[in-house]
Amino acid sequence: MSEYLVNIENERLSFFTPAGEVKALNDVSLQLREGEVLGIVGESGSGKSVTAYSLMGLTAYPGRLIGGSLQFNGHQIDQMTEKEMRKIRGNEISIIFQDPMTSLNPVYTVGDQICEVVMLHTDKNKSGANERAKELLSLVGINEPEKRLKQYPHELSGGMRQRVMIAIALACEPKLLIADEPTTALDVTIQAQILELMMELKEKLGMAIIMITHDLGVVANMCDRIAVMYAGKVVEYGDANDIFYNPSHEYTKGLIRSIPKLTEKEHSKLIPIEGSPVDMLNPPAGCPFAPRCGSCMKICLREMPPYTDVTDIHYSACWLLQKQEFEKQQAQKGDA
Amino acid sequence: MPKNKISLQLNVEDFLPASDAEKESLTVMRKSVGFWKDGIRRLKKNKIAMVSIFVILLVFILSFVIPQLYPYSYEQQIRGSENLAPMQYSQKELQTIEAGESVFPHVLGTDSLGRDYAVRVMMGSRVSLTVGLVASCIILLIGSLYGSIAGFFGGWVDMIMMRIVDMIYTVPDILIIVLLSVAFDQPLKALSQQPGFQWIQVIGVNLISIFVVFALLYWVGMARIVRSQILILKEQEYVTAARALGASSGHIIRKHLLTNCIGTLIVTTTLQIPSSIFTESFLSFLGLGVAAPMPSLGSLASAALNGLQSYPHRLFAPAIMISVIILSFNLLGDGLRDAFDPKLKD
Amino acid sequence: MAKYIIKRIVMAIITIFAVASVTFFVMNMVPGGPFMSEKAISPQAQAALNEKYGLDKSLSEQYITYMKDLLHGDLGLSVKQRGRTVNMIIETKFPVSARIGGMAILTAMIIGVPLGSIAAFKRGTTIDNIIIIFSTCGIAVPSFVVCTVLMYVLSLKLGLLPTYGLTSWRNYIMPVMALSLYPSSYIARLMRSSMLDVMGQDYMRTARAKGLSQLVSIFKHALRNAVLPVVTYLGPLLAYTVTGSFIVEKIFTIPGLGSEFIGSITGRDYPLIMGTTIFLATLMVIMNVLVDVAYKFIDPRINLK
Repeated sequence: MSEYLVNIENERLSFFTPAGEVKALNDVSLQLREGEVLGIVGESGSGKSVTAYSLMGLTAYPGRLIGGSLQFNGHQIDQMTEKEMRKIRGNEISIIFQDPMTSLNPVYTVGDQICEVVMLHTDKNKSGANERAKELLSLVGINEPEKRLKQYPHELSGGMRQRVMIAIALACEPKLLIADEPTTALDVTIQAQILELMMELKEKLGMAIIMITHDLGVVANMCDRIAVMYAGKVVEYGDANDIFYNPSHEYTKGLIRSIPKLTEKEHSKLIPIEGSPVDMLNPPAGCPFAPRCGSCMKICLREMPPYTDVTDIHYSACWLLQKQEFEKQQAQKGDA
Repeated sequence: MPKNKISLQLNVEDFLPASDAEKESLTVMRKSVGFWKDGIRRLKKNKIAMVSIFVILLVFILSFVIPQLYPYSYEQQIRGSENLAPMQYSQKELQTIEAGESVFPHVLGTDSLGRDYAVRVMMGSRVSLTVGLVASCIILLIGSLYGSIAGFFGGWVDMIMMRIVDMIYTVPDILIIVLLSVAFDQPLKALSQQPGFQWIQVIGVNLISIFVVFALLYWVGMARIVRSQILILKEQEYVTAARALGASSGHIIRKHLLTNCIGTLIVTTTLQIPSSIFTESFLSFLGLGVAAPMPSLGSLASAALNGLQSYPHRLFAPAIMISVIILSFNLLGDGLRDAFDPKLKD
Repeated sequence: MAKYIIKRIVMAIITIFAVASVTFFVMNMVPGGPFMSEKAISPQAQAALNEKYGLDKSLSEQYITYMKDLLHGDLGLSVKQRGRTVNMIIETKFPVSARIGGMAILTAMIIGVPLGSIAAFKRGTTIDNIIIIFSTCGIAVPSFVVCTVLMYVLSLKLGLLPTYGLTSWRNYIMPVMALSLYPSSYIARLMRSSMLDVMGQDYMRTARAKGLSQLVSIFKHALRNAVLPVVTYLGPLLAYTVTGSFIVEKIFTIPGLGSEFIGSITGRDYPLIMGTTIFLATLMVIMNVLVDVAYKFIDPRINLK
């Protein structure tokens, strides 16, 4: 067994649409140890959700994995059959989705939907599952679980529903919880509560979490590692502190500049990232961020930047780093 | 992770800043296309819709142009040519041919009164198309007006108006149509005797009562759709903005709401045409539609029922015709919906 | 809940009342009485007949009498079928129509729901295309065409089925087929698009993420949501079946209420026209209320006020 709980190597995944092949993931590699929290940050369409779904074997039609290796807890996910995958889903890996309003089936009670997953992966009978469901609801901080079990999703508030989703996800005490923008659709006050709950449960149950978000502020406090994705590529990966205090990719720098900070002086403005994301149908030959990049160089438009180490656990795909290396080499040559 | 320090042979020039022009050359912006252009482009790509348009045009030519040029008229009874099979000539016609004159063939034979069947089928399609188009226009007009008033004013106006719609909606329309066409029959006939109303006879009493009935009843579906569209649009910011700028209600309806509903209106109207044709043929089949000698596809099929054993083609010709008309309008409507109003999917 | 049902029932009663009134006045708009066509009648006999049917009274008096009788469920006397009340006619003829109509509705559901679902699961495949073509053609062919073509092929050419009457189960096949083609096609289309919609919903993704098999997630989670639009279509479906029965019963000479209604129009049997219209309208209004109430039970999202 490898040292990692999750090890994704060179994953490539495309959507075969009528308009052409959309390369949603282009050589994505990510690692995550047991009990760690990995934040995947990026704007919509950058491939963060697609990465997570492919780890559960839930790639939506017409998407297809076309290369790379996905390992999870000793399973070779990319080689597994649908039947084998089903044993893992909801059991060893769980997911909570962005919109709790639509993620629960409107025609079944909350209790039905929790019991369903319990009964599927354990040999508990109906009443045993019901007990477990009650337990889970208390675990996620829902009052009067007995009463809630009999209610329909539409009778609950958004925050409450997201708690139910978390209860469903945690029903079988998974090793990995994927949270796909779990707070985006919620009110700000509820957001904090849900994030707090997730961290609390992580401590209690010792699972690893992949936190997908476009909000750097969310990942700042809770993640051990952060992967920044842009146009189907991990452009920077590293320790959370490193990413925040020593960002090395221009896109990451831009993201950090666009977070509002209370401590700054009033005069300092938020700096948005100019331009819009690339057209994934016709990706550029060079760095996908080049057209929006303030320090774009000639090579950026031509060639894809390779990964460069910043520290042992921090690397980034930016030509600026290569430029530094290049200049160092030139200097050495000059010395010699 | 593979982290090669220097991957390629690089030159100093590679690291020069790129100019804005170079950057822009890479960002291929999708051209922004207007509503109509975009819709028509999508429609043109839709092969089924294009074939439907072609078929509809063909049917129009068949029913409006060709009967004018045709050597036989739909009411002309040719003595001695009764009950001919397709392409068959009567004795008399054969003699004429032998005498060296040419006789136009009866492509679909003749009926029991010696009328050329092909021209009757074409005239029948003309009636069907006319009914479909005129009725749809009436429905569009009344329905969108009613719906937009109800939706726009809201409150108790909407409440009462929609309860009326609900009532009409739950009543089986065919029952009322039958009832009204029976009731209208004699008053209209009497009216057509009056000076200044002779045109009623030209169009036909039953046809008019069908139109009246459509106008009275069939707009409810349209009214509902328009109303719900208006209700959605009303909440949009630009309407609030227009209101804040002091625009009048009428202006807002015309300028903002109707222009935004137009996609829905086109689609619904197109889909209304086949259903009107459907109803007309239904009524004609039951003998409540257009009056003899004017043929309708429904009445032709109905008449063919008696001689089904010996003259099946008399049934099949109008049956195929009406099915093709309804099918192609349906498919065109679906195509229009996909092109102009993707959110209205079923 | 109770409040909602009461509201719907009140609405239904108003609707039926309106239909009855409209029917009454429309029928009385027709110049001349129902005995106009029978020329040989003497003025005395005419007067006697008018008195018997209450036609000598003023319109408002006639209206009040008619409505009063209606409240007691009395639809009056038929003028063409001497000695028979409209109630008697409806009682004998309606069961026949109801049987055929019921079978047609059932057939339409049994064919339409699975076909539409299969088309949605197999989206983009040949099976899907075949079902789309079938259902598109199915809604384009008027019922009289279906009836007559069926009759020509199955009875006249192949001699498989009887053309008219209702003596054995074989008599039911063609009418039911003809009557259910349109609704089963329509339901198939409806089901396909609603199933596609449901399959794209987030809760289906949740079901898969729980580790449910495709089959279970479809049967448990998708079907119940996807079938909701079909339930709302039951009202219009019933209306279609009623009107379709006019045609079907006429062509296959089935002694049902539909052919009776058509006969009453051509025969200008006004009380029968009125009675049948009111009866059928009432039936449909009641069914619509039932469907709406049933819908509230199937879909918990609808507030039960």
